[in-house]
Amino acid sequence: MAKSYLLSSSPHVFENIDVRRLMLNVILALLPAAAYGVYLFGVPAAVLILTSVASCVILELLFRRLTGARDNYRDLSAVVTGLLLALVLPPSTPPWMVVLGALASIVVAKEFFGGLGHNPFNPALIGRAILLMSFPAAITTWHRPFEALTDAATTATPLNIIKLGGTMADVAAGMGLSSPSQVYLGLFLGNRAGCIGESSILLILVGAAYLVITGTIGLSVPLSLLASTAGLSALLGMDPLFGLLSGGVVFGAFFMATDYVTTPLPTAGKIVFGVGAGVILVLIRRFGGFPEGVTYGILVMNAFTPFLNDLISRKYGFVKGGAK
Amino acid sequence: MSVRQSFSRVGILPRDLKDLTRGQALWNASVPVVSVVPLLQHREGDPAACLVAPGDVVREGMIIGRAAGPEGAHVHSPVPGTVRELREVFLPDGRRSPAVVIELGGEFDRLGKSVRKYPWENHSQKDLLGIIADKGVVGMESAVPTHLKYTIPKNRRVDLFILNCSECEPYLTANHRLMLEKAPQIVEGARIVAKILDPRRILIAVDKSRKDALDALGQAAKAAEFGAEIATVGSWFPQGDEKQMIRTLTGLEVPSGGEALDVGAVVSNVGTVFAVYEAVALLKPVIEKALTVAGGAIRNPGNLKVRIGTPLTDLVEECGGFVEMPEKIVIGGPMTGSAIFDLSTPVTKNTTGVLFLTSREIRNSRRTNCLRCGRCVEACPMGLDPTNLFKLIDHGAYGEAFGQGLKDCRECGCCAYVCPARIPLVQGLRVGKAVSLERGGAA
Repeated sequence: MAKSYLLSSSPHVFENIDVRRLMLNVILALLPAAAYGVYLFGVPAAVLILTSVASCVILELLFRRLTGARDNYRDLSAVVTGLLLALVLPPSTPPWMVVLGALASIVVAKEFFGGLGHNPFNPALIGRAILLMSFPAAITTWHRPFEALTDAATTATPLNIIKLGGTMADVAAGMGLSSPSQVYLGLFLGNRAGCIGESSILLILVGAAYLVITGTIGLSVPLSLLASTAGLSALLGMDPLFGLLSGGVVFGAFFMATDYVTTPLPTAGKIVFGVGAGVILVLIRRFGGFPEGVTYGILVMNAFTPFLNDLISRKYGFVKGGAK
Repeated sequence: MSVRQSFSRVGILPRDLKDLTRGQALWNASVPVVSVVPLLQHREGDPAACLVAPGDVVREGMIIGRAAGPEGAHVHSPVPGTVRELREVFLPDGRRSPAVVIELGGEFDRLGKSVRKYPWENHSQKDLLGIIADKGVVGMESAVPTHLKYTIPKNRRVDLFILNCSECEPYLTANHRLMLEKAPQIVEGARIVAKILDPRRILIAVDKSRKDALDALGQAAKAAEFGAEIATVGSWFPQGDEKQMIRTLTGLEVPSGGEALDVGAVVSNVGTVFAVYEAVALLKPVIEKALTVAGGAIRNPGNLKVRIGTPLTDLVEECGGFVEMPEKIVIGGPMTGSAIFDLSTPVTKNTTGVLFLTSREIRNSRRTNCLRCGRCVEACPMGLDPTNLFKLIDHGAYGEAFGQGLKDCRECGCCAYVCPARIPLVQGLRVGKAVSLERGGAA
């Protein structure tokens, strides 16, 4: 016979989706926040983002070549990691430092464990955590938007001000606002000191909406994380709305805690994950040494993921009291 | 007539691609010059014992294979003619079967003749079952002999008979056409089944997107004063799976390892019920089958009534040939059907469709690492964790996988359909299930 037909076990059709498409969706969703970061902090922010993405892609390629693994850059997951890493760093981070961060993210956190799909911890957050521990000063130096990143322009983030016992009036002053009542709107729009991509809640939500509409992420983790953050903040006498709008919790909820690889599969597990991360981050904010706890909140819950994967919903045919 | 609506989520919502053939009325395919009639057209057990030899003259509808055991079903000659040879053929599912090759010739006993309706109403349940067995009726998808399915043990009682009209596989619309064109006959078939099973309730379950079929069946039921309720279900896949259908309509779940009758239900496909009508009311054996021919490679996709034993080459010709060479040929639906390698494969009693798929339709792509995105978990209609089961099987832990629900896998394929990493999940589970069953369930 002239033509031989493809033989394989069913199914014979597939959903029009693949890993590359999902990663591309995340990249597209991150672009508004990234662009806004460049708008706020200028060329250094752009340099940092590009350095981070480039070093993640190159390091992944080098490591995989070195270990004889198949090239993986086409799936764009390294681009996502690079983008995420840069967006959770202060704009004044020196580029050489971000290369180290990329090394920690891609090589240590991801490839050492077998590459995409096998890493227990979120690579971008591991990169950030290692930088934060290695260079605590550099990673906690913040600058006012629209100013050259000089020592003279350093300031504190809104969360920092509150942590150090400041009031909302101090926060308003730090953001260049005339009254404390404008703080919430200011935080929502994002004109404040902070990490490159974490400030504008509005643009983060735009990206998140895109991810939800395209079916890239679900809402179980982000909503439970945000709800538990707000709830516990209120319980501990902190301003819940301020808690949500400042710091990196919204960014973390939609872009870090929704990482497929390091979060649980079943919905019940996702909810526990989100609630747990929220609780830990608020406890760190309230009682810990750092003003912000999103990184560690999510990383700690990453460790619980294998257990949370067992919280699978009931199987068909196992009715309580039924036969068998 | 009141219509119950049950739209709870089941599995996935695939691209259904039914518009290609939905509007195509059933037409009679040409009778094949050479028919290849497999003697194994039921799910389990031995092939039917061959009753003819090369050179014998057979008549249309004559029995040519007698069920060899209690699990078997008779086979009838689909055409009048002469037996040329006995040959071994591959069935779509990969099994081998002896087959009778018949060359067309002589006069048709049924085709083109008017038939008188057989007065079945006064027959006993046992007689009706006997007729169904005589005429070789099997499930038009499952290939389970229908008289066995309808033989209810003495200590059991049928609460609910479900006439399953869902046809949830993408591409397939032959049953939809059957409902539109043969609604009164289907209702009469359901009345025959009801007489045999004596259920407390009868439900006709139709896909909600098929308003026309719903109306046709509703009117036919009303005209026949048939006391069936009509229910609409969602366009999910695999809504038509027996276990899913029962849960959607009644909220009951068939216990793990059990069968529909454990919750008092019997579910039959609309095609099967139509075959019951033909067998009992027309005394016609199963010699033809309504099926869909579709896929991007075929010029004129459509719905055909085809003689059993028609080689696929004849169907290709019937449907205008190929616009391009197909990449894959599938018998059945694209989610659970079988790929075949040979166009001489014949149509059997449970062929629901023949798909000639192009590479664009198949969307093959490279397998990558599991992302742990959880889409398979979300898609699994049985509430299993396909990626975890796959991993266990991959590591040889068959017993553990079996204990974690592998035995309940219905092999519907939703997990593999949604996987962005293109991991052959259901395929692995299928192998794992076969291996664990071979080893006796555990080990």
